[in-house]
Amino acid sequence: MTAVPRDGTPPAPLQPTDSAAARGFSARLDAVSVVRGGRAILDGATTQLTGRGVTALIGPNGSGKTTLLKLLNGLVAPDAGRVVWFGPDGETSPLGVRQAMLLQQPALLRRTAAANLVFAAKRAGVPRSDRRSLAARWLDKAGLSALAESPARRLSGGEQRRLALARALILAPQALILDEPGAGLDPAATRALEALIADAAASGVKVVFSTHDVGQVRRLADEALFLNAGRLEAAGLARDLLDDPPVVSLAAFLKGDLLC
Amino acid sequence: MILQDWDGAFAMTPFRDAFGEAVRLLATGDEKLYEIVALSLQVSLSAVVIAALIGLPLAALIAIARFPGRGAVIAVMNALLGLPPVVVGLVVYLTLSRAGPLGDLGLLFTPTAMVVAQSILVTPIVAAIAHRTLEDFHAEYAEEFACFRMSRLEIAWTLLVEARLSLATALAAGFGRAVAEVGAVMIVGGNIDGVTRVMTTAIALETSKGDLALALGLGVVLLGIALTINAVAFALRGLAARHAGEVGSEARPVRAGRVR
Repeated sequence: MTAVPRDGTPPAPLQPTDSAAARGFSARLDAVSVVRGGRAILDGATTQLTGRGVTALIGPNGSGKTTLLKLLNGLVAPDAGRVVWFGPDGETSPLGVRQAMLLQQPALLRRTAAANLVFAAKRAGVPRSDRRSLAARWLDKAGLSALAESPARRLSGGEQRRLALARALILAPQALILDEPGAGLDPAATRALEALIADAAASGVKVVFSTHDVGQVRRLADEALFLNAGRLEAAGLARDLLDDPPVVSLAAFLKGDLLC
Repeated sequence: MILQDWDGAFAMTPFRDAFGEAVRLLATGDEKLYEIVALSLQVSLSAVVIAALIGLPLAALIAIARFPGRGAVIAVMNALLGLPPVVVGLVVYLTLSRAGPLGDLGLLFTPTAMVVAQSILVTPIVAAIAHRTLEDFHAEYAEEFACFRMSRLEIAWTLLVEARLSLATALAAGFGRAVAEVGAVMIVGGNIDGVTRVMTTAIALETSKGDLALALGLGVVLLGIALTINAVAFALRGLAARHAGEVGSEARPVRAGRVR
């Protein structure tokens, strides 16, 4: 059930290097399938993320990107196969890794921007006396200090996404999962968001994100996975995959052709 | 025509006299009138507090948990919205009467009995309205809270806090129903002067006795309370919508559709 591209060449298996495995967290999908309403959303996906930096997940709408991210996070359990994370202490389940996830449409609490971060700090087990100062620090990093006392849901789309990302990062995650973090943002908002993501990756957090923006893959990602109709059709270094697509479906996707 | 005019004048004079007397009672702080108002508020507020303690956790439980018979609980809860006060009064009367199962408590014709009866009336209102609100909130936040790895109890508590403004309108609706209700308090309280006489029972009695001044004075207070409750509920809805980041005053969840 290994994901085999339609033209027959298997995706190059990625193996974590020893140093990478020692440094960060990584994950493996073993023949994972998710079926909803009789339809296979993911169909026997097998891959190995490297422990290196940032993984981008690309593919057309409905190809199963969000489901794969939720599998990695543990929000969704596979109907077949298994999802394994491993870190310095060996193999574990998705719930065994301290994860944060930025949903495609983050639901902010009906509180101020600062209070949203204080809430996350509490979830992360930060002592009460330190929560406000930690929230202030993250508001500053996200460029939202001036809006600290504004109701979170009154912020603009870009500000809300940045706040949601700060809320995820305040959890001090070992792995950060982002579902289309740049969708619907203007270039300045995208740049601000990507700076936060790059910072997190540089500090050793394993980042996995989905996107439709090929430029974002080039800017952020070390490796990339290509999903098409629930099947993992290509995996490899981001640069290699974009410059020299190993499968015709990926080449067509990158050219903007409609896939069926 | 002449007959009609004469008839009207005949009816208007006692009304004008009574209204003047009612204003005097209110303005001079008539002890009897305010004693009745105070007991009314005490009984109905107590009933709302009890309804909140039972109804809100119940609503949160039903909004979050999935268990066999959940649909039936929701159906029963909504059916109980239409409980006729006199029937509730009758059942509580039979339960608390000397020969009834709780007759030994000696609670019949006491304010406590009135609180019990009104709690039974108000709890389904609070629970049903709160449940609708909390279910919407849960749909909006469930995935986010799962990302935060929150327990059921933490989710329930956070939902109650997030929905606090909307829930306050549920409590206001319950209080409005309790304070304006006459059938149940009349039967279990007995409308005893200085002991169990509240605004509604006093109005009914004084009107039938022909003492329109006290009846009208109490009527003015009751009307003022009802209008205030609705004004407060309206203001809370506006505030809730503002916190939700919505334009307009309708309190609806922002995320209408779910994205896979």
